[in-house]
Amino acid sequence: MSFKWYLHKQAMMFGAAPRRPSNEEETDAARELKKHQKTPEETQIRKEKIAHELEYPVVNRKWKYARWLSIMIINAMFIVSFSWDVQLVEGAMTASRFLGFHMADPTAALQVTLAYKDLMLNLLIGTVTVIIVWWFFGGRAFCSWACPYHLLAEWAESIHLALAKRGWVKDHPFHRGMRVVLWVLFMALAYLTSYTVFEYINPVGIVSRALIYGPTLALMWVAFLLSFEIFFSRRFWCRYACPMGLTYGVLGTAAPVQIKYELDKCVHEGECRTVCLVPHVLDITKMGYAQDAEEYIAPDCTRCGLCVDACPQGALSFSLRGLDKMI
Amino acid sequence: MSEQAPDKPKKKRLTRRELERRRILVRSIAAGAVAVGASLVGWYPVGARVFDRLRPPGAIPEDEFLAACIKCGQCVQVCPVEAIVLGDGDEGYGLGVPYIDARKQACDFSCDATQCVLACPTGALSHDISKKEEVDIGFARLSRPDSCLAMKGLGFTGQVQGPDFEGLLRYEEIDRWTPIPVRDHPYDLELCDLCVRECPIENAISLEPMSDDPDETRFMPVVHDACVGCGTCEMMCPTAPASIVIDTELALKRQEGEA
Repeated sequence: MSFKWYLHKQAMMFGAAPRRPSNEEETDAARELKKHQKTPEETQIRKEKIAHELEYPVVNRKWKYARWLSIMIINAMFIVSFSWDVQLVEGAMTASRFLGFHMADPTAALQVTLAYKDLMLNLLIGTVTVIIVWWFFGGRAFCSWACPYHLLAEWAESIHLALAKRGWVKDHPFHRGMRVVLWVLFMALAYLTSYTVFEYINPVGIVSRALIYGPTLALMWVAFLLSFEIFFSRRFWCRYACPMGLTYGVLGTAAPVQIKYELDKCVHEGECRTVCLVPHVLDITKMGYAQDAEEYIAPDCTRCGLCVDACPQGALSFSLRGLDKMI
Repeated sequence: MSEQAPDKPKKKRLTRRELERRRILVRSIAAGAVAVGASLVGWYPVGARVFDRLRPPGAIPEDEFLAACIKCGQCVQVCPVEAIVLGDGDEGYGLGVPYIDARKQACDFSCDATQCVLACPTGALSHDISKKEEVDIGFARLSRPDSCLAMKGLGFTGQVQGPDFEGLLRYEEIDRWTPIPVRDHPYDLELCDLCVRECPIENAISLEPMSDDPDETRFMPVVHDACVGCGTCEMMCPTAPASIVIDTELALKRQEGEA
């Protein structure tokens, strides 16, 4: 993979717009395949495939339900640990002990360190543990496989989509660069004010604590965010705002667990992009946008598997970096 | 915020796409400002000291405590009497930060001291302490001497804080290991000495006669330097409201300022 293209994929996480690979970035294999796909016979085959897809829509929810189960189990472990006193995962999403091992959310830990201006050993150990775990699955896998707010937002999203289908609401996109600006601002605020300012509005911490320790007034902020997502902007918080998502995204850049895209199977009908939380990572599935014949999608991906479920051609799949070539 | 733009079709440079891009930018700046603004709302309650909370044993000074606490509630989970609870959104940056409401449930050291400190994943509850005598939550003060039963020479019969009170206390003579509801342990005292009787710290509080008269029946609770501010006296005071309360560092400073 060309280094420039690699940087472009990183840059998308920081708000850069997706683009077509340049001639130098494009591999020969990709060029050949694209040329092949443009032949009249292939075009005809593709049209037939798409027509077939429309006639017999495939509804696959395997990864979605696996993920919902994962979020529910992880959060239930927190709840049960306290209410039944079984000491499985004590604490909340911001910091916990999993069977006695320290775990700390990197974004929360960084804020605490910046605000308190001292490096605390337990916190460092907990952060490193969490970084290693989520690095493996691809940083933002935290978002879609563990984050309690993500699940609520996913439900809000389906309400939004149902309303949008009837034309009652409209999605208003934001600039993804906002998340980066917010990340920098909140870290600067932690340092300058000596308070963990972002934790005051962090819906992940608020929801997690409310689940474990009982409802709080702070849930009103979460309700506001969810209604904003339902009525104004699809998946606003996770897409454009959440600093935690950015931290995890950066940490999971070189993750072993990846979503692999295979150009030769793709018919470019775009089912995957309509379900994706971060559709810019799937821009490579557009006709002529692929950089290689086989490619891992960009690091902003949450490994949610919705595109894997959605793709009727099996062009997108979960993959272990390096391992799929060995097998 | 960008309604005036579509009325200028003459400006050829602004294509639909560019217009949309501009809208997105303006929208994003506005939303970002709202998010930062909302996060700064939390400054008011801590800056204005709207709440004056007793923090768990080992807590470092208040401002540092708010910075170092990662808002996870692990201290809440280990406390056997659930004396520690987490602050809500109205406490600003105190959201998710642990405190003790001593009147409802005091820290009676049922855990044999400082489990909460051991549970803290940051240094917000300082690991420098290991014994209950080293704890410094606050300091007890006889805030309503007029209502104190001992100072009137009166006794106390019945349940402290009534039959509906949910507070727990460990009574060594009943069960060394398990705290029981205070309402299950009624008293029949000729002279009310609950603040002294149930104090878990040695030499922290004592009853002193109000005069030199050997037949004096009125006694005054006197708090000594050993007091750690655990709040057991406040919880166990049978008057309503409590005649003795725990002052935080801030409350002590405020009194000094007023004096």
